[in-house]
Amino acid sequence: MAQAAGAPQPGAGPPHVFKLVLLGSGSVGKSSLAMRYVKDDFRSILPTVGCAFFTKVVELGAASAKLEIWDTAGQEKYHSVCHLYFRGANAALLVYDITSKESFRKAQQWLADLEKESSPGEVVVMLVGNKTDLGEEREVALEEGKEFAQSQRLLFMETSARANHRVTEAFSAVARELLRRAEEKEQPPTPRGGARLALNQAPAGPARCCAR
Amino acid sequence: MEAGEDTAAPAPGDAENLEDTQFPSEEAGDGGGVHEDPTDLGDGSLEETGSGTNDKPPSLLSSLPQSESPSCNCELWDPSASENSPTGDPESGSGGQGGDPSDEDWRSKRKHVFVLSEAGKPIYSRYGSVEALSTTMGVMTALVSFVQSAGDVIRAIYAEDHKLVFLQQGPLLLVAVSRTPQSAAQLRRELLAVHAQIVSTLTRASVARIFARKQNYDLRRLLAGSESTLDRLLDSVERDPGALLLGAVRCVPLARPLREALGALLRRCTAPGLALSVLAVGGQLVTAAQERSVLAECRLDPADLQLLLNWVSAPAFAAGEAWAPVCLPRFNPDGFFYAYVARLDAMPVCLLLLGTDPEAFHDMATCRRLVEDGMHNLGAMRTLGEAASFSNAPSANAPSYSVQAVGAPGLWHFLYKPLDIPDHHRQLPQFTSPELEAPYSREEERQRLSDLYHRLHARLHSTSRPLRLIYHVAEKETLLAWVTSKFELYTCLSPLVTKAGAILVVTKLLRWVKKEEDRLFIRYPPKYSTPPAASSASIDQASHNGLFSGP
Repeated sequence: MAQAAGAPQPGAGPPHVFKLVLLGSGSVGKSSLAMRYVKDDFRSILPTVGCAFFTKVVELGAASAKLEIWDTAGQEKYHSVCHLYFRGANAALLVYDITSKESFRKAQQWLADLEKESSPGEVVVMLVGNKTDLGEEREVALEEGKEFAQSQRLLFMETSARANHRVTEAFSAVARELLRRAEEKEQPPTPRGGARLALNQAPAGPARCCAR
Repeated sequence: MEAGEDTAAPAPGDAENLEDTQFPSEEAGDGGGVHEDPTDLGDGSLEETGSGTNDKPPSLLSSLPQSESPSCNCELWDPSASENSPTGDPESGSGGQGGDPSDEDWRSKRKHVFVLSEAGKPIYSRYGSVEALSTTMGVMTALVSFVQSAGDVIRAIYAEDHKLVFLQQGPLLLVAVSRTPQSAAQLRRELLAVHAQIVSTLTRASVARIFARKQNYDLRRLLAGSESTLDRLLDSVERDPGALLLGAVRCVPLARPLREALGALLRRCTAPGLALSVLAVGGQLVTAAQERSVLAECRLDPADLQLLLNWVSAPAFAAGEAWAPVCLPRFNPDGFFYAYVARLDAMPVCLLLLGTDPEAFHDMATCRRLVEDGMHNLGAMRTLGEAASFSNAPSANAPSYSVQAVGAPGLWHFLYKPLDIPDHHRQLPQFTSPELEAPYSREEERQRLSDLYHRLHARLHSTSRPLRLIYHVAEKETLLAWVTSKFELYTCLSPLVTKAGAILVVTKLLRWVKKEEDRLFIRYPPKYSTPPAASSASIDQASHNGLFSGP
């Protein structure tokens, strides 16, 4: 079930398939990000029930990747089934609402949960501060998010699903990182260490690119 | 924001005080004391002194005079507002902070439904924020536990035009405070439906476990996001009462060959662990198929099916493919199924696949594609799409038909539930009713019609003196309700119709239903599907889930 970039072929050929989960507490905009990215649409959506599944093919230069996006419900009642969605995930977007300190704190908890379910370095994680359109109500500073991401070696970006700000960029950055890792894996054996090393370098790039 | 800060903190203390202050009035007298109860419920959180409540409440409850002069109202409540809010700002007390029991708008609602924990912690309120109601709910707990301490159970309080109905379900207490003409039995059924909805998201076992571990647990944390489903359920009673009133599901009117082809299609498309497949449009049933291996012995309860239909019509399912745990309270209140829900072909057609395997998402998605392909081959998508777009009612996407189709002038609306369905033991209770057209297009008129149906239903099914036939000339329409061994019928006729005319109309209607019954109802439900070899695996999975541990 977890198509973890199985049997990848260089260059042309079937696209890599990656499983990406959206995590975060309730009403931070996970579904909105998914809707914006997959359907370029924004509407106020009701709380997700369980989880919703989308697919999207990303073209990145020569390579392409198929993202299987699992948009999970932030509501606590679904936490017990969340490990189902974690399992076999290649990437996770850890979403918080920049106007809610609490959601930022919860995002850190989600990270801990995620790490419990997967071995370190296996999952590409991006921390996403959503709702930049509500800048006046901001409670979590850009620096705060960035620092936490750096300390945990996560990718980081601030987005607005409503204003369509950097949503595609966020997903693309993750896809790019996934492809990079997949290609690295194809290279002669630098098995675990290689992946770790990649993680170390990862935040520097994207974190810089989103600092406006 | 303010409402939350204002009231969250002082709540527990207030509740204790109230136990002391309110009980004497409850005991005061049989007649008079009881009359005060609903007013206490409303005033409790603010008027702790209680002096003068005897004069005010009746007018406040009916919310008539004050609503015209908000300034006077503001003064009236000023002292209590300052008492409750740290700022003492009169505006924060009287303003539209929804849910504040002093709020005119809140008070003017015809029916309130509350859910609270045994410890008196608010869980759900149809109107207003639960935070603002903690004291009110404290009073309810006090009432219940007071009667309980005398070794009795409080079922209902009748107070002038109000009915208060109490329902205890495990650690949950459900309360309806209603000015509608619904009978206590009808209100109780509504509360049971609310409870079932809560159980369907959490399971009875986990609710019990949570409160056993921590008595003052705030269940709202777990119910977050489900309130809108409860709201929709309760609203449906006012707008379209058939399903809950008759305990039946409404089917999409569809030619019998197509419906049977769709049933056969669902039976053909199986997946490991699949227990039930349902096709629905706008919350109405197209057809359903049960898997023998899973549901052979237990028939699917109509209440469970109605709950699923209500659930999948939620706007939250509008996008993507959803995968979520859901519990069927009548089937097994303690176990979860896993539901795959998708809108087919970007149409209002909704497919629900219910299975026992929590990891079967991809199998279900494959099954869905089979169903989708099959439906295209049958040309069913277009037909169902047309059925759905017929309705121009605000509740769009609900397939319906006009009452004109009956061809009986003078007939305005009706509910018909057949009781003579072949193969009854496996059949689903169903009903049919036409679209709500003029004179029932406005919200108030719909509510009035719903009230009329509730009145008729309560009279027909009265426990003390049930009736078979009611003919009633009301102010704006003539009503005729009739129960036989073959059907249960409620009709709403023009007020000008004579008794003979009414009988003629009803005869015409019955003849029409007979002619159309293959289209209006699922007359011959699909047999069980015969799953491939995977059936044994699904049973293993089921027992593993603890789904079938019960009898």
